[in-house]
Amino acid sequence: MDFKLTAEQEMLRKTVQEFAAKEVAPTAAQRDEDEQFSRDIYNKVGALGLTGIPFPEEYGGAGWDNLTYIIAVEELSRACASTGITFSASISLAAWPILAYGTPEQKKQFLTPLADGSKLGAFGLTESGAGTDAAAQQTIATADGDNYILNGVKTFITNGGEAEIYVIMAMTDRSKGTRGISAFIVEKDTPGFTFGAVERKMGIRASATQELIFRDCRIPKTNLLGREGDGFKIAMATLDGGRIGVAAQALGIAQRALDEAVKYAKERRQFGKPISSFQGISFMLADMATQVEAARLLTYRAAYQKDQGQPYSKEAAMAKMFASDAAMQVTTNAVQVFGGYGYSREYPVERLMRDAKITQIYEGTNQVQQMVVSAAILR
Amino acid sequence: MKIVVCVKQVPDTTEVKIDPKTNTLMRQGVPSIVNPHDKHALEMALSLRDQLGGSVTVLSMGPMQSQEALRECLAMGADHAVLLSDRAFGGADTLATSYTLAAGIRKIGEFDLIICGKQAIDGDTAQVGPEMAEHLGIPHITYASQVEAGTDGAPVRVHRDGEEGTEILEVKLPVLLTVTHYGDGPRLPVVKGIRRAFRAEVDVWSVNDVEVDRNVLGLKGSPTQVRRIFSPDKRCGCEMIPGDACAAASVVATKLRELRIIGVGS
Amino acid sequence: MKINSELCSGCGACAAACPFGALVIKGNKAEKTDACTDCGACASACSFEAIQAGSGTDNGGDAHDLNSYKGVWVYLELKDRQLRGVALELLAQGRKLADEMGQELAGVLLGDNVADLANEVFANGADRLYLVEDPCYGRYDADQYTAAMTELINTYRPAVILLGATHNGRDLAPRVAARIKTGLTADCTGLSIDAETGLVAWTRPAFGGNIMATILCPNHRPQMGTVRPRVFKRAEPDCGRTGTIVRAKTKATTSRVKWIKSIKSLKESVNLEDAEIIVAGGRGMGKPESFALVSELAELLGGAVGASRAVVDAGWMPADHQVGQTGKTVAPRVYIACGISGAIQHLAGMQGSDVIVAINRDASAPIFTVAHYGIVGDVNEVLPALINEIRCATA
Repeated sequence: MDFKLTAEQEMLRKTVQEFAAKEVAPTAAQRDEDEQFSRDIYNKVGALGLTGIPFPEEYGGAGWDNLTYIIAVEELSRACASTGITFSASISLAAWPILAYGTPEQKKQFLTPLADGSKLGAFGLTESGAGTDAAAQQTIATADGDNYILNGVKTFITNGGEAEIYVIMAMTDRSKGTRGISAFIVEKDTPGFTFGAVERKMGIRASATQELIFRDCRIPKTNLLGREGDGFKIAMATLDGGRIGVAAQALGIAQRALDEAVKYAKERRQFGKPISSFQGISFMLADMATQVEAARLLTYRAAYQKDQGQPYSKEAAMAKMFASDAAMQVTTNAVQVFGGYGYSREYPVERLMRDAKITQIYEGTNQVQQMVVSAAILR
Repeated sequence: MKIVVCVKQVPDTTEVKIDPKTNTLMRQGVPSIVNPHDKHALEMALSLRDQLGGSVTVLSMGPMQSQEALRECLAMGADHAVLLSDRAFGGADTLATSYTLAAGIRKIGEFDLIICGKQAIDGDTAQVGPEMAEHLGIPHITYASQVEAGTDGAPVRVHRDGEEGTEILEVKLPVLLTVTHYGDGPRLPVVKGIRRAFRAEVDVWSVNDVEVDRNVLGLKGSPTQVRRIFSPDKRCGCEMIPGDACAAASVVATKLRELRIIGVGS
Repeated sequence: MKINSELCSGCGACAAACPFGALVIKGNKAEKTDACTDCGACASACSFEAIQAGSGTDNGGDAHDLNSYKGVWVYLELKDRQLRGVALELLAQGRKLADEMGQELAGVLLGDNVADLANEVFANGADRLYLVEDPCYGRYDADQYTAAMTELINTYRPAVILLGATHNGRDLAPRVAARIKTGLTADCTGLSIDAETGLVAWTRPAFGGNIMATILCPNHRPQMGTVRPRVFKRAEPDCGRTGTIVRAKTKATTSRVKWIKSIKSLKESVNLEDAEIIVAGGRGMGKPESFALVSELAELLGGAVGASRAVVDAGWMPADHQVGQTGKTVAPRVYIACGISGAIQHLAGMQGSDVIVAINRDASAPIFTVAHYGIVGDVNEVLPALINEIRCATA
């Protein structure tokens, strides 16, 4: 069992760190304050080649692996969680299902621009009445000649409004239950496809979260992803991979919070000493560091498993659950270490704490993850 | 344009610490990096190649570990990498180092331009570049900040930074330049560059692969010798000025007046 | 250098102290590699006395021939047809070396119509002036100056040559040293005569300023070195002093580099090396906009603006403002360090300043180890207060 990354992966990590320090970190606080999504930053992420990491070279990718992609998510999230989720939602939730289930034409048309970073992707499953109960889809797709007509509303969609390519779940045959759900590729600016309310969020405020509204939206039959009725299976498999991305995002947030807390504890002096010399603080930091390490091992292991072609659903759920809880605890404790300054927006830790919360919720709440894990172990 | 860039793998001296008890260098755990000025030199070379076509070869002299630094240069976009590595080269001062690198360049063959970082952040001498140019019998220009190349064969214009300003010099190729900073700084490797770099071969040349006089290599070929290494003196006694910002500012202003920096009618 | 493996405990202290990475621990014993230069740093670090420092390498040179080289030379660099400050500093220091060696001090002056500087050269301690005048030396040119210096060296055979570690000095010295095939030491901050050998001991910072190295050039002549400006003090000129002028003729040569034009610095305030007052900012300023405070204070005091490497790398300030081992080395009368932590390589670039005032939020910042006056506080509060005080004081 080799716990080391390759020299190549270390170079990639170092590159993303330098990129994030120069292009992402300096504006992170301001973009959070202004709730400003930056397409410019995403374009640079694409120009660096990060968007192509896990995709085959023939579709504009680098032909590399998921673990390396996860490292990129982690390091981007360390600088800015909003940038991290913008990136992983496009790659894990939009590009991946097209890679896994698309026809060669669909891959050429839709996967290539997502892999080369020229287009941004999004995934539309969640509705106001279908969160954890994802199968309760109200959005319908009616077959009509060479088209499908979509009607319905998707909520809380990451990259909504900004993305050009959407993978949308809709009901094609209500009588079949989950087997009646299908997946579709829908492009922005398709007549009948508009955007609704922009979510005003607690955290990841520089990430775009918006409603998708389909009203008699006509799409060609060739935009059906997989076969009719495959939609739920596609959605679940997609979320399995997306979970590793969220785990990596949570890991990045937690690592950053730990780094900030350690640095502060060494500098801040009270009672004539740095506060790091008090066990009340140093023991807290020790626990935080341990949680971050454990989150890292679970996350990397899930990615590794996916790369090996082995089943990874359980591992992905464990990683997402653990890393997000760790992020929440580590960021909360980081604010505590900073004391009063931790509560102030002049310092980065309060943002980290606000950003961490969503990782326990989206792409399957942690309660859903518990369901996945318990189902796996009780089989 | 055929460009050769000389690079050195160095310890990151910004991370090096001194052991407070023994007052000696603590080199352990200090990461090895590509000398920062060499990265700027490489960026200048890559920019010229992107503009005018041609190739960029990176050359280094050092232990086998220096291959890591060369790979980073390949990842940034260099086309070929060569490492001169041999026990015979070890312990060299700048004269022996420059002689060895010059021999390496002769073996690389025809070139239009050699670009070096001004100095390495461990040796800090800034001597190897000009000495190499002398061994190769070509002109050199130090502190180059910009190169304007004309059409084939035409002389190039080089901007050279001085204490008082910048000069513009014209020189026919081949020429050797040394660089401190270039433009907005070195580019980051892109993902495809990293993948390419780890699939590329780094040519490793030993003393038998180059034409050299063994008497002028390594420690034996070094006219300068290190007599002693010691830690710089620590000055003691900084007068800490107490009070809040206004009180402290007042004290400083008084000191400046005492030094006749202010209040002397400028 | 020899390691006594019986006494060696394999603790690794020697390997950690070696600036050249030339020691490895194998089978719990230290071993040296071919990167070893016999500097002796390991011997100092070993608490088991298991290392015997080397006594130097015999690397050629004829002892008789070496002794026939006599005299200390100072290369006299010009700025606007005047002797540069560093040239005068080197005449003063060169005088001390020459006296200790019992030899002559000579200045070397290449230029066009510069004979009138001779009096100043002798007044500052030289016994002799090698004067080479020709229009082709009117402006520094590597080819012309290298050819001239080489001819002078081969004809008159000095034992020692000192040059200022200026842009041109560090351009010329290595070219000459490579042509003559002799040893050159860069950017020295200490010069003395080694008692044992009678050689010049060149002391200089290395490793980003983390260590000092003393270098000797035992078997090659002349012993050459570039010396950092503003480290040594100039002497009180003795206008009564006279000396011998040697008008040297050099062979004509063509230069391969053509000077087209000079672009003066847009702002004199970037000329850090000559500035008397420098106000410098680091990452502790918080954000690039706060640098306006640094500039304001600098302007008020009639000084230049400096920057740490961190802020240059972050793009807050252009590179020509960088102070430090890889930036500019400065030694102004007053250096005000604002929000600069004081990394070793920054200190190496400014610790020669006469008076250092440091402002930093962190009381344990290394800048306070070299500062003369320290304020622990927020630069964004202290600087406006200081600017205000100075405005009132000069009103």
